[in-house]
Amino acid sequence: MKRNSVWVASFTASIAIAIIMLVAGSPSVTANDQPSAANAAVNIDNFVFGPQTITVPVGATVTWTNKDDIPHTSVSTDGLFKSKVLDTDEKFSYTFTKAGTYAYYCTIHPKMTGKVVVQ
Amino acid sequence: MTDKNKDLIDQKLQDLNNDGVDRRGFLKCMAWAGTGLVWTMSGGIPVSRAFAKGHSKDAAKSGDFTFVQISDSHIGFSKPANPDVTATLQTAINKINAMPHTPDFIIHTGDLSQLSKPSEFDTLDQVLKGASAKQVFFVPGEHDMLSDNGEQFLQRYGKGTKGTGWSSFDHKGVHFVGLVNVANLKAGGMGSLGNEQLEWLENDLKGRSASTPIVLFAHIPLWTIYPDWGWGTDDSEQALSYVKRFGSVTVLNGHIHQIMQKVEGKVSFHTAMSTAFPQPAPGTAPSAGPMKVPADQLRRMLGITDVNYLVSGRSLAVVDSPLADSASSASGSDSGSGGR
Repeated sequence: MKRNSVWVASFTASIAIAIIMLVAGSPSVTANDQPSAANAAVNIDNFVFGPQTITVPVGATVTWTNKDDIPHTSVSTDGLFKSKVLDTDEKFSYTFTKAGTYAYYCTIHPKMTGKVVVQ
Repeated sequence: MTDKNKDLIDQKLQDLNNDGVDRRGFLKCMAWAGTGLVWTMSGGIPVSRAFAKGHSKDAAKSGDFTFVQISDSHIGFSKPANPDVTATLQTAINKINAMPHTPDFIIHTGDLSQLSKPSEFDTLDQVLKGASAKQVFFVPGEHDMLSDNGEQFLQRYGKGTKGTGWSSFDHKGVHFVGLVNVANLKAGGMGSLGNEQLEWLENDLKGRSASTPIVLFAHIPLWTIYPDWGWGTDDSEQALSYVKRFGSVTVLNGHIHQIMQKVEGKVSFHTAMSTAFPQPAPGTAPSAGPMKVPADQLRRMLGITDVNYLVSGRSLAVVDSPLADSASSASGSDSGSGGR
């Protein structure tokens, strides 16, 4: 249940951001969305990146941790960042220095996708 | 194969076609050897034989042959429910070796390793060396192409193959095609063959007689089983369109660590069990991760129940035998709800 509500919340937030960006044309207008602390964590659990969309300020470091018994990767679709293969409990960090929306996925299980919004 | 055999096969298929029967179990799916699927090709005449009953000697008849499919050995995996995947692979090989008639070859449908490590591939090689069937054909799973885009896999197991490891060969009148659908996967997608491979496949099949039995094998299922878990191949329909004109097509896959079967027209689809660990039935668990089952159940979970299905109104039997030599081994019915 907890997982579901978190997911719904982040999904709603990402829609809100998308709408705001469309309307305002600027990622700096983020009425309801609170940027996370400078460093943020994404857990890979049950073949899901959680949260699926994470919002961080410019300069933040995002750390992915694989909690599954199966290896995963975190690779941006535009090639900006690419983790090595993460076995159980292995981590990968990347520091985002520019604002933007960064889609990423697991190259081993491409149905697993996520987004980092940097603002 | 000899021309005589080929003629015989062609003639039989022809006869069957005249009878209005699309396919008469040309591929006899005979038995699961542990987690290996034993196939006997029997010149168009379906003869049902159960593994371990000592009837496989009949496979020595002219034109008949047997091969075994094993899959998903995941050498290097060491977590619950199977801390020793090398041992369970060894058990599967022992089962193959105990067959009265040595299979002509083994097909491994991918995920040889857990993490594409050289030591994992070494261990696999060591175990396979002990198999009675000396020839093994491989296609990679996604676990075999980690980090290096599959270069190591190609060097070890893909000699003479094209692209990322696809190839074809003929054996006693049957055309086998190994496909790779785990390379260059796109975000949000499932398995993928890619245009280059599809073109190659089209050309590979072009000009072959429609009576040639075709066996396609690849790691991820070439039919969509459960998209939410990526259990399918985005461009498999294109590939299957090239085999439509053939009278007998069998598609062998792994990846999902459980048996699934489907018959669509002249095409029969099968997925194999893993030799390493079971995975949940589609949608019955939060994810496709390994099922954690009690140790005393594992080897039963790696085996499966008898499966019978109909092809054009005729039955084609799949008879399984689990890794555990247990008299009460027939049931795998608890496999869907296991311990997660």
